[in-house]
Amino acid sequence: MSTTTTETKSPPRERAVGRGIDRVDGPEKTTGKARFAAEFPYPDLAYAALVHATVARGRITGIDVKAAEAVTGVLSVLTHLNAPVLKPAPARSMLDLSTMVSATSVNYLNTDEVHWDGQPVAVVVAESLEAAQRGAGLVEVTYQEFPAVVDFAAEEANAKPQPNSMLGAGSAKKGDAEAALAVAPVSVDLRFTTPPHNHNAIEPHATTAVWDGDRLTVHEGSQAISWMRKHLAYRFGIPERNVRMTSPYVGGGFGGKGSVWPGTILTALAARATGRAVRMMLTREGVYRTVGGRTPSIQRVALGAGQDGRLTALIQTSVTRTGKVGGNSESVAEAARHLYDAENILIQQNLVEMDLLPNTFMRAPGVAIGTFALEAAIDELAGELGVDPIELRMRNEPARSPLDGKRFAHRMLREAYALGAERFGWAERTPEPGSMRDGRWLVGMGVATAYHSSVQFTANVTVRLSADGTVVVRCGFQEMGMGGATVQAQIAADELGVPFEAVRVEYGDSDLPTGPMAGGSAQTASIAASLLSACEKLKGSVLALARRSGDSPLRGQRLAAVEARDGGLYRRDRPGAGESYEAILSRAGRPSVEAAIGSESGLGALAGQVRFMAKFINDQRRWVKAASGAQFCEVRVDPDTGEVRVSRWLGVFDVGRVINAKTAASQLRGGIVMGIGMALSEETLVDPRNGRVMNPGLGDYHIPVHADVPPIDILYLDEPDPTMPLGLIGIGEVSITGVAGAIANAVHHATGKRVRDLPITLDKLL
Amino acid sequence: MVTLRMRVNGVTRSLELEPWVSLLDALRERLGLTGTKKGCDQGACGACTVLVDGERINSCLALAVQYEDRDITTIEGVTHPIQQAFIEHDGFQCGYCTSGQICSAIGMLAEHGAGMPSAVTEPGASGLSEAEIRERMSGNLCRCGAYNGIVDAIKEVAR
Repeated sequence: MSTTTTETKSPPRERAVGRGIDRVDGPEKTTGKARFAAEFPYPDLAYAALVHATVARGRITGIDVKAAEAVTGVLSVLTHLNAPVLKPAPARSMLDLSTMVSATSVNYLNTDEVHWDGQPVAVVVAESLEAAQRGAGLVEVTYQEFPAVVDFAAEEANAKPQPNSMLGAGSAKKGDAEAALAVAPVSVDLRFTTPPHNHNAIEPHATTAVWDGDRLTVHEGSQAISWMRKHLAYRFGIPERNVRMTSPYVGGGFGGKGSVWPGTILTALAARATGRAVRMMLTREGVYRTVGGRTPSIQRVALGAGQDGRLTALIQTSVTRTGKVGGNSESVAEAARHLYDAENILIQQNLVEMDLLPNTFMRAPGVAIGTFALEAAIDELAGELGVDPIELRMRNEPARSPLDGKRFAHRMLREAYALGAERFGWAERTPEPGSMRDGRWLVGMGVATAYHSSVQFTANVTVRLSADGTVVVRCGFQEMGMGGATVQAQIAADELGVPFEAVRVEYGDSDLPTGPMAGGSAQTASIAASLLSACEKLKGSVLALARRSGDSPLRGQRLAAVEARDGGLYRRDRPGAGESYEAILSRAGRPSVEAAIGSESGLGALAGQVRFMAKFINDQRRWVKAASGAQFCEVRVDPDTGEVRVSRWLGVFDVGRVINAKTAASQLRGGIVMGIGMALSEETLVDPRNGRVMNPGLGDYHIPVHADVPPIDILYLDEPDPTMPLGLIGIGEVSITGVAGAIANAVHHATGKRVRDLPITLDKLL
Repeated sequence: MVTLRMRVNGVTRSLELEPWVSLLDALRERLGLTGTKKGCDQGACGACTVLVDGERINSCLALAVQYEDRDITTIEGVTHPIQQAFIEHDGFQCGYCTSGQICSAIGMLAEHGAGMPSAVTEPGASGLSEAEIRERMSGNLCRCGAYNGIVDAIKEVAR
């Protein structure tokens, strides 16, 4: 009898999780080989371009397409008079999350109604990009114009209470905050305003669509391929399995590619009408006109405290907008529910509906702008009290969620501030505004708390282990720079005890097992939860093969008694006793073993949704789960011009266990960079007379450039969250929160001026 | 229609196109070189940066017909240590601006090497400080905010 016991002599291999491994798609992205949505070649490819409405609300009374049709190369001009029939978008329902991807309720080119300035009213399809664009410029449209509600500032008084939903309650109350505020020894009562923002992913939204009979293939930069596939199938009246959406690379999303916007539908429509493969990349202006951004807000934050700095009253109210034809309400005051242990709390979020392109989620919806106001107000209160702003936060740090007494799954803000203060040199800050200088520059230091609730979606995952020890993980998720394929490979490598390099992750294709959407900072944890289960199931199957063999040293072993390492399964009680996967699989005559989590059948998928809802509700009842952190910034302000430069940054984050220190740091830095833009330069200007975006381009909407961004230090507390898979908390959004507040506070420290209206441009400091 | 020849990544290519076709669209849609990206088509983002006779330009602001017989290098033709440095320093996330950042960095290093000053160059200074890199790379936008990693990658190869 031969022995199959293998003695391992090599030292224990370093685990993949936690290491700063280079992202697996690096070689493709640095050589130009990574293929984005507008880069799939088809031999008969045609190009499409949009014609945008020039009124905010009205009815089309005439469309003259003759000049456009006369352009050499133009194949077709589609309007509401000749476009194929589309089903209207399905109503949104929490029972079917895919319905949430309807960006608007408008049935494009199936109606003569116009609901916002910029709505597509015609599509020109041509042999070349240039001919399509030329044709689009020649379509003449006349309108009967109706009165339209387009001036956000003027609508404040008409705002209505935001309805409660699973995505966030519109209002909340503990005690009588107004009464407590009125008698508080120290108080502030402040009004803040923030403008609309646009995502401005550098890749404009792009779609390549091709029909084969009643089968549709769509290449799309998408944050939600499975939900979008279902939406497209519904709109075109074909079975879901007839639609395939691929999205191997997404050139930035930030929420802007999480819904079905007009360009996607209309490219598929144009392909159907012309029988050609059609590509449409929106112009940058087209992105502003047809893809919603972040809502503007008007906020009130009022704080009352005793002389000891303990909060007696916390009030945060907001007015935001949606479109009359769609959009999402935002939980602007989300952080105020969880950050401070106030005796009395009042939260009231209100909405106005407008004749504008609906808003949509943009990185930390609600919270990014809400933490600006809340954290600037805390700083102002600290000034009134004469207390250090970190100390004031620590005096009001709650043991349980202040509004409802729920437990925090994880809460380390004290540690974050302590570590940050030490590393940033907070003790060197002299409290008096205007008291710190570097040459001619006024120097200011500010802090703010970052906070973002954590959620999980369902994810179907399969894992296949081959006899040669290689592993393939399959899940239809989306990769837009988070490093998804890299971190999931790290997780699978450790769970199965194989080298990181032996794992390949397939994603970005709706033919794969249904993945979660990339949103709500939920993707990594959602997949990880299923991947861990799938790996466990797979090890069980492999062990079962081994147990059947009388030769195996694993005979009679339970799964709990073995561990996966060094490319095989080994007994925990006798480290040398075990077998390689190769040995187990080849003896069993199996080329591979596969395990799957989640069902693709209609009934199975429904059961999955129900399980998701049950877990979601149960989690919400038991825990407050969130990523959080402490943002430290230093600014320099030119005393003559009011120019603000961010000169130093440190973010200390509690994001549970960090899977990949390198990609996580990049993602956290990215949120801070976007927050710097929000604080100092970003603003979508909407003409209050006609609802037209006035600065639809990167020359006029200023996102941060290299020169605006200082070295950004990132520290992790790296303590696993006991309620999350592997203890990880999603990191996509937390780092933008608090940024604008920290900068506003630092600007005040440098100059003595409080700017409560974003962005903090130099005219507001002069 | 205009017929023209240009060398792209060392290979002479013949093109027949309308005089209003941009160099960017000629590369992407006519030659299938989609590594060069379109981000704004207005010269504001730098995603379309390519090298022409070694100098960096925004190819969206260039008409293809202007480049008869010129030597164009796109990301597909780049073999440079900076590519590995971008990977090691995580100088990208989504990867869409990366081709432009890399081509721009190569052009920028040549400009600096030839003694061209920038807005932040101090008289008499010759080194490539972080401030110099940031200033000289500010025409290339990255919305993922990978600027720190890009600067570190450039610093490494400039050493």
